[in-house]
Amino acid sequence: MTPLLDLRDRALLTALEDGLPLVSRPYRMVGDQLGISEGEVITRLQRLIACGVIRRFGAVVRHRALGYTANAMVVWDIADERVDAAARTAMAFPFVTLCYRRPRREGWRYNLFCMIHGRQRATVLAQVDALRAALGIDVSDHAVLFSTRAFKQRGARYGASMTLEPA
Amino acid sequence: MDSSPIDLRLLNDYQRNFPLTARPFAAIADELGTSEAEVIERFAALRAEGKLARIGPVIRPHAVGASTLAAMAVPPDEVEAIATLIAARAEVNHCYEREHPVNLWFVVTAADETAVNAVLTAIELHTGRKVIDLPLLAAYHIDLGFPL
Repeated sequence: MTPLLDLRDRALLTALEDGLPLVSRPYRMVGDQLGISEGEVITRLQRLIACGVIRRFGAVVRHRALGYTANAMVVWDIADERVDAAARTAMAFPFVTLCYRRPRREGWRYNLFCMIHGRQRATVLAQVDALRAALGIDVSDHAVLFSTRAFKQRGARYGASMTLEPA
Repeated sequence: MDSSPIDLRLLNDYQRNFPLTARPFAAIADELGTSEAEVIERFAALRAEGKLARIGPVIRPHAVGASTLAAMAVPPDEVEAIATLIAARAEVNHCYEREHPVNLWFVVTAADETAVNAVLTAIELHTGRKVIDLPLLAAYHIDLGFPL
């Protein structure tokens, strides 16, 4: 378990899984639910943001509902020793919203993942081409996986470890 | 996007640094020159329309609990049934069909790695299909939100 988080932090993050209540004093309402003060809710959130556990705090939007329907996961098969440098190159493109390294597996040889959310498929494909040229990757060593159907999309739930009761 | 200017600002400008003050919607209203009631009403409408998922924390991967990206190759006529089965699990928070022979993609999040692995095993048993487990090795991008 991360020492940065105590049980109240965990309870607070659990209480926020569905987001802040849309009321005038949302932090007070969350605090009431947990038996802590509004001020404590706010200072705990400030600390979790400062220490990096919370990466950002604010509106989480749904790309599809906003018209960004061309959503591609672009995957690359890159020599292991070049992955970090390739990721830095990819991140320089503003249209790359996320960039992750993942392991190769049987039946899956791609080790670098980039997400591109766009409105038009043709635009996204042109962006992928630009990215591929910058990375110097052969066409055969990448794949573009557009999403076709979303069966589920919501924030993470971490389960029983995040209640006030000792695990 | 075809939303009003205030909606665009609510969705775009407050993806991070959302006010941590007693009345955050009033603080936003001051910045946008409108009323607290209007800000709350517009956020509620955007949520009802599905454009806003929530206002809250985005947690760094593995800072709390454990997670992985998993994938399966599923025959096209079985995608819907298998995806429905996978999406029904509380530990699965994203589930997408994608254009590739490995066509079903989902994210599993649970209290720890053992719990994540148990979910993957249960899904393999349930579906009779192999799950490719692709945990994060490095995140190169800091999630600063999504400019609209």
